[in-house]
Amino acid sequence: MTDILLEIKDVVKVYGDYTALNKVNLTIPKGSIYGLLGPNGAGKTTLMRIINQITAPDSGSVIFNGEVLQREHISMIGYLPEERGLYKKMKVGEQALYLAQLKGMSYSEALEKLKYWFKKFEIIEWWPKKVEELSKGMAQKIQFIVTILHKPKLLIFDEPFSGFDPINAALIRKEILNLRELGTTIIFSTHRMESVEEICDRIALINNAETILEGAIEDIKKDFEQNTYQIATKNNTLTESKEFIIKKHEDQIFYIEINSNFSKKDLITTLNQNNDIISFKKHTPSMEEIFIKAIKNG
Amino acid sequence: MDKIWLIIKREYLIRVKKKSFVVMTILGPILMAALIITPTLLTMQDQQDRVIAISGNQLDFLEPLNDIENTHFSIIPQEEIEALKQDFSNTNYYALLDFENENFIIYSDQQISLSIKRSISRKIEKVIERKKLKKAGINLKILEESITKIKIQTKIVNVDGESINSSTEASMGIGFITGILIYFFIFMYGTMVMRGVIEEKTNRIVEVIISSVKPFQLMMGKIIGVALVGLSQFTLWIVLTVIISAIAEIFLLNPSDIINEANSINNAKVLVQVNELIGGINLIQIGSCFFFYFLSGYLMYSSLFAAVGSAVDAEADTQQFVLPITIPLILAIMLIQPVMDNPDGSLAFWLSIIPFTSPVIMMVRLPFGVESWELVISMLSITVSFILSTYLAAKIYRTGILMYGKKTTYKELWKWLTYKG
Repeated sequence: MTDILLEIKDVVKVYGDYTALNKVNLTIPKGSIYGLLGPNGAGKTTLMRIINQITAPDSGSVIFNGEVLQREHISMIGYLPEERGLYKKMKVGEQALYLAQLKGMSYSEALEKLKYWFKKFEIIEWWPKKVEELSKGMAQKIQFIVTILHKPKLLIFDEPFSGFDPINAALIRKEILNLRELGTTIIFSTHRMESVEEICDRIALINNAETILEGAIEDIKKDFEQNTYQIATKNNTLTESKEFIIKKHEDQIFYIEINSNFSKKDLITTLNQNNDIISFKKHTPSMEEIFIKAIKNG
Repeated sequence: MDKIWLIIKREYLIRVKKKSFVVMTILGPILMAALIITPTLLTMQDQQDRVIAISGNQLDFLEPLNDIENTHFSIIPQEEIEALKQDFSNTNYYALLDFENENFIIYSDQQISLSIKRSISRKIEKVIERKKLKKAGINLKILEESITKIKIQTKIVNVDGESINSSTEASMGIGFITGILIYFFIFMYGTMVMRGVIEEKTNRIVEVIISSVKPFQLMMGKIIGVALVGLSQFTLWIVLTVIISAIAEIFLLNPSDIINEANSINNAKVLVQVNELIGGINLIQIGSCFFFYFLSGYLMYSSLFAAVGSAVDAEADTQQFVLPITIPLILAIMLIQPVMDNPDGSLAFWLSIIPFTSPVIMMVRLPFGVESWELVISMLSITVSFILSTYLAAKIYRTGILMYGKKTTYKELWKWLTYKG
C-alpha cells in the first residue's frame, strides 16, 4: 500500500472539437485536503466527473487506492457536485434513505446513521417534511450529510460553501476538517481562495484543460515569493535603481521585484544608500495572487 | 442490479402514491362507462313525440304518410298553415311541411335535424314512387312480395378444419379499441417518463444520482417504474370497469326484470350471441399481443421521450423534438380506417412491420386474423427496434442530463451520440 489515494495520469477528455482535459496529471496523498482550482471552464468539473465515473477518459488512467478505477469504487467515493439538488416533492427522510441506499448502504444502517447526523445538525424535525418546504441552506445540509454518510475514503466537494450562511459554512468547515482527522482524503474545488488557504494541504491549478501548478501550498508559495519584497520608507518615496523594479505602490508600501542578476545583499545595500527604510520584508503572496499570476503566465 | 430495483421502486411508488394517480384510476372507468352509457341515455330521452304539420290543401296526396318512429304527421287547414308560417311559439308543432312552386319546404322555429329531414324526404319519395307505379298499372302487392332481405353470415375456417362464426363488425370494434388504447398508453406513459427526466434535471439532483448509479440504470429504472405504473393502472381500470358496469346494470335494469326468469333466459341468449359474434376472434391472442405491443412500443417510445427530456432544460422546449416522435403514432391512428378496409393489403402489412406504427396497426389487424409469420416478423422488428432505440437514447441521455443552459439542436444531439462513455 502506498500513501497515494488517487493518481491521475495523462488523462485526456475531448468533446467533439473541444478539449476539456489535456494530459492532466495529479497525485493526491491519503488524508490530505486537496484544492482543485481553476477558472470557469478549465476542466475541473470534467475531472471530478471522471473520478466519479460519470464519464470516462478518452485516454490516460486513474488509479484509486492502488487499483485501476472501477465500478466497485463508487461506494468508497462521496461526491457533492456544484449543481446539486433534491427531489422537491419527496420527503426529506425518505429521500436521504434513498440516496444512501443508492450508495450501497443497507436500509437499517442508513437509517441509523442518518438519524445520528440529523440530530447532530439539529434538523431531525425536518425528517417528515417535503424538500420544497426547506430553505436552500437546509437542503444543502441534507446534501452534505448524504455525501459523507457512507464514510467514503475519498470525498469530492465542488463549491461546498455556496449557499451557506457564515455560521453554517463554519459548521461544514469544521466537519470537513474532522473528516480529514479521521483519515478521509478530500478533493475540494472552489473559487474562494481564502478557504483554500485555510484548509487545503495541496493544490492543483487547472487552466485551459492543463495542470499549470501542482504541489503543497507552502512550496507553491515559496516558489512565488522568491523575488518580491515589501518596503516602507519614512517619506513614502523610493529612489529607483538598476537592482530592482517597482511592481506597485499601495498603502504606503512598495512592492519591488529584484532583478535576477543581483542578490538580496546588493538590494539591501542599494536601498539603504538611497532611502530611509523603516521596514523591509519578503512578500508572501496570497493564493489569489498566485492564482491570477499563474493563469496570466500560463 | 440492487440499485436499479431501488430506482424502479422509487419511480413506481412516487407515482402510485400521487393523488392524481388515484383520481385518474377511479375516474378512468367512470369516464369510460359514461362514454358508453351516455349515448344510450340520451337516445332514451330523445323519445319525445314530434308532430309535423302538413298543409291539407296542397299535400293531401301525402295522406298515407306513416309515422317515422316518434315523428307523426298531421294535416291541418290552410288558415292555420299561414299562421304557423308567421309564428311557431303558440303551437305544439315541431315543423311544417309545405309544397310551394314545385318544392317541398320545411318550416320550423329551430334547425331540423338531418336525420328527420332525410327520413321525411325518403318517405315522400316512396309515396310518390308508389303513386306513379300504381298509375302505370303495377300491382303493389306483387311488388311488396318481391322485396327480399338476406343476411350473410361469415365463418372462418381454422387449421383444424373447423369453421367458426365470425363477425366483421366485432373485429373492427375490437381492433379499433385496442389500437387506440395502445396509442393512448404509449403517449401518456411516454410523456410521463419525459417529464420525470426533466424534473430530475431541473431539480439538479441528477448528478448526485449518477455518481452512484450509471445513467443507463437511472433511465431504465425510470422507464420500467413507469411501465409498472401503467400496468397497475390498466389492471385497476379493468377491475373497476367490470365492477362499475355490473353496478350500473343493476341500477339501469328494472329490478322486477332481474327476478323475471323469462328475462334471464333472454339475457343468456344475448350472451350466447355475443359469444358467437366474437367466436372467430382469438381473445387470448389479442390479450397477450396487447400486452406485448404495449410494452415493446412503450419501451421504444419512452426511451426516445427520455432522450428528449434529457436534452432540454424545461418542458416548454420539448416541442421540436417531440413532434418527430409523435408523427408516426398519429399517422398510425389516421391510417386505422384504410387498414380496416383491407386488413391483408400491403399498406396494412408494412405498417404492422414498421416498428413505429406496428403496435397500433398490428392490434387493428389482429381480430381479422394475421398469419403467424407476419406476427413473428413484426414482433422481432419491434424488439430489435426498442433495443436499438434504448441504446441510442441512453447515449443522448447520458450527455444531455449534464448539459445546462445550452439550447440543444439536432446537430448537437448527433454529436452526443458519438461521444465516448
